[in-house]
Amino acid sequence: SPPPKCQMTISSIVMTLLFGDRKEWADLEPVPQDDGPNPVVKIAYSEKFSDVYDYFRALLKNDEKTERAFALTADAIDLNAANYTVWHYRRVLLQALSKDLKEEMKYITNIIEEQPKNYQVWHHRRMVVEWLNDPSEELRFIADILSQDAKNYHAWQHRQWVIQEYKLWDNELEFVENLLEEDVRNNSAWNQRHFVISHTTGFSDPAVVEREIQYCLNQIRKAPHNESAWNYLKGMLQDRGLSSQPGLLERVLELKETHCSPYLLAFLFDCYEDALENITQKEKVEEEEQKETLRKALEICRLLAQEKDTIRKEYWEFLGRSLRNKYGNGALSDEPMAENPEPSISASQSQEAS
Amino acid sequence: LNRNCLDASRPWLCFWILHSLELLQEPIPAAVASDVCQFLARCQSPTGGFAGGPGQHAHLAPTYAAVNALCIIGTDEAYNVIDREKLLDFLWSVKQPDGSFVMHVGGEVDVRSAYCAASVASLTNILTPKLFENTTNWILSCQNWEGGLSGVPGLEAHGGYTFCGTAALVILGKEHMLDLKALLRWVVSRQMRFEGGFQGRCNKLVDGCYSFWQAGLLPLLHRALYKEGESELSQQRWMFEQQALQEYILLCCQNPTGGLLDKPGKSRDFYHTCYCLSGLSIAQHFGNMDNHYEVILGKEENRLAPTHPVYNICPEKVAQALQHFLRMPVPEIHFRSNKRGRSVK
Repeated sequence: SPPPKCQMTISSIVMTLLFGDRKEWADLEPVPQDDGPNPVVKIAYSEKFSDVYDYFRALLKNDEKTERAFALTADAIDLNAANYTVWHYRRVLLQALSKDLKEEMKYITNIIEEQPKNYQVWHHRRMVVEWLNDPSEELRFIADILSQDAKNYHAWQHRQWVIQEYKLWDNELEFVENLLEEDVRNNSAWNQRHFVISHTTGFSDPAVVEREIQYCLNQIRKAPHNESAWNYLKGMLQDRGLSSQPGLLERVLELKETHCSPYLLAFLFDCYEDALENITQKEKVEEEEQKETLRKALEICRLLAQEKDTIRKEYWEFLGRSLRNKYGNGALSDEPMAENPEPSISASQSQEAS
Repeated sequence: LNRNCLDASRPWLCFWILHSLELLQEPIPAAVASDVCQFLARCQSPTGGFAGGPGQHAHLAPTYAAVNALCIIGTDEAYNVIDREKLLDFLWSVKQPDGSFVMHVGGEVDVRSAYCAASVASLTNILTPKLFENTTNWILSCQNWEGGLSGVPGLEAHGGYTFCGTAALVILGKEHMLDLKALLRWVVSRQMRFEGGFQGRCNKLVDGCYSFWQAGLLPLLHRALYKEGESELSQQRWMFEQQALQEYILLCCQNPTGGLLDKPGKSRDFYHTCYCLSGLSIAQHFGNMDNHYEVILGKEENRLAPTHPVYNICPEKVAQALQHFLRMPVPEIHFRSNKRGRSVK
C-alpha cells in the first residue's frame, strides 16, 4: 500500500498525519465541501485544511459527540478561528463530554493571546466563565491583553461584562487612572472611567462632579490638545446643562489664554449655546446680555469654521446659521451675512429628501 | 496569501466584490451573476438565513451580505434564492427579549445584529413591529456620553457600530429618538484634520473603511434633521469635508496594482476596497434624484455610482428589491424559538 501522506509544518518539526490516513478515523466517511459545480469566491485550501474540514463536516452530519470529535475542533479552530460553527460544536461537546472547564480556560487563554481581535474567542471565554461561574482570573487576564493593546474593543467589552455580572467595581477606577497615567489620550480608558462612575457613585453628587472637573482640567493642562478629556468634561455635564456648573465657564476662559485648542473653543460654544437655551426658558435676562452671548457664540463658530477647525467648516457654519435662526432677530442689523452664502429654506417648502 | 480566515465569510466576499463592481459601473456578466446565485443558495441554511459557507450555521452577518449581494444582482433568479419564510424563522430564533439580537444561535450580541436583521427584513418585506419590539430602546441605550454609539451599552463610541445602530433606527423609522445633535458633533469630529479620512474612535488612527461607516452617517443625519424641521441644512453639501475625504482615498488608499486599503503601508483586501469606494461615492454625491449635487475630485472617470446610505447598495437596486418583495405577503411565523432552541408556537 502507498505510504500515508504527511503534513510537515514550517513552525514545527512534528509530522502530523492527515485525518484521512489515521486508522482511528477509518470508520468515518469525510464530507467534501458542497460549493456546487461553478463555485465563486473560491479559497485555495491547503491539503491539511480540506482534510480537517472534510472530517469536521462528517462529524457534524452524524452529530458525533466523542473525544476524537472534540480533539478535531481544536485543529479546525487552529486553521480558522473565525469559524463560529466549529466553536458552537466545541461548546456542545464540552457539555456532552463533561470536559474539564478549567483546562478549557487555559486553552482559550492561549488562543486569545494569539488572536485577540477575533469575536468568537472572546464569546467562547465568556461562556466558559459563565459555566464555571468563576471570574477570578478575568480582570488580570484582560489587563494583560490590554497591556499589549490598550484599546482592544473585545477586551473592554469582556471586562465590562465581567465587572457588571460579578460586581467587581472596587478597584476599577484605580485601574483606569493607571491607564490614563500611561496614556492620557486613551479614549477607551476615559470611557471606562465614565462607565465605572455612572454605575457606582453616579454623576449627581456635586462632590463627584467637582472632583471629575478638577481631574479633567488637570489632564487638559498637561495635554491641551487631547480631545478625550474635553469630550469627557462635556459628556459628564451635558445632561444637566453646561451652564449649570458655576464658575466652569470662567475656568475655561482662563485656560483659553495659555492652553487654547479647537476643543476648548467648541466647549465655550457649547457653554454659550446652553446659556441661550436656559435664558429663554427660565430667567428674565437683559436682552443685551442675550445678544452678547449670541454674538460670542457666533464669533466662535466663525473662528472655528474659517481658522481653527476648517476641516469642520460645513458643520460650524451650519451651527452658526442654526443658532442665528433660533436666537437672532431682525434687530441685529450689524450681523455680517458674508459667511452665510446658503439661503435657508423651511422644511415645508423644499423638496422631500430621499 | 492565506485566505482561510475568510472561509466563514464567503457571502461577504460576494457582497464586497459585487458592490465594488456596481460602484465602478462594471456590468456583471450574466453567467457570473447566476453562479453567485447558485453559490449563495448553497450558503442558505435549511433552517433559514445564510451561513459563512456551505454546510455552516446561519449567521446575521453573512445573511446581510448574501441578501445585499442578491439584490445587487437583482434578477428573479437572485430574488428567488431567498426563502423568506425560513429567513423570518431565523430572525425570530436570534431575537432576544431585551430587544437585541444574537449574531447566530448561541452567539454574541452587539448592535451589528440589529442592523443586519432590519436590513434583510425590510428589503425582503418580512418586517413586522413585533419582530423589532424593544429593539429601538436597546439601540438607543447604545448612544453614550460621547454622542456616538457603542457595540453594546457602556462601551466606547465606534464608527462601525454607530453606523449600524443609526441605519437600523432609520429603517425602523425611529432615528429621531437619538440625540441627533450629539451624534452629529461626534461623527464630524471623527474626520482627521490632516489626513482628511476618518478615524473609527476618538484618538485613534485614520482608516479608509471609515470613509463609509463614518461619512455614511452624514446623509442619514441630514435626512433625520430635515425631517425634524431643521431649516438651515445645506442644499449642496454633506456636513463633512468631501474634498478632503476624496483626497485621502484617492491619494493614500489605492494599491498601484489595484484595490484599496486602510492606510499607506497596509495591504489591499476586498473589504477595504468595498468600503473605500463606498465612502468615495458618499463624498462625491449629495442629495437624491430630485436634488443631486456632485463633487468629483480629479478626472470625470473618478465618478462612481451613488450608493444608498442605509443599505450600501445602489439606490436603484434598493427600489427594485423593495418593489419585488412588496408584492408578496409578509409570511406568518412558523415557530418562535427561545434562546435554548425550544419551539414556542
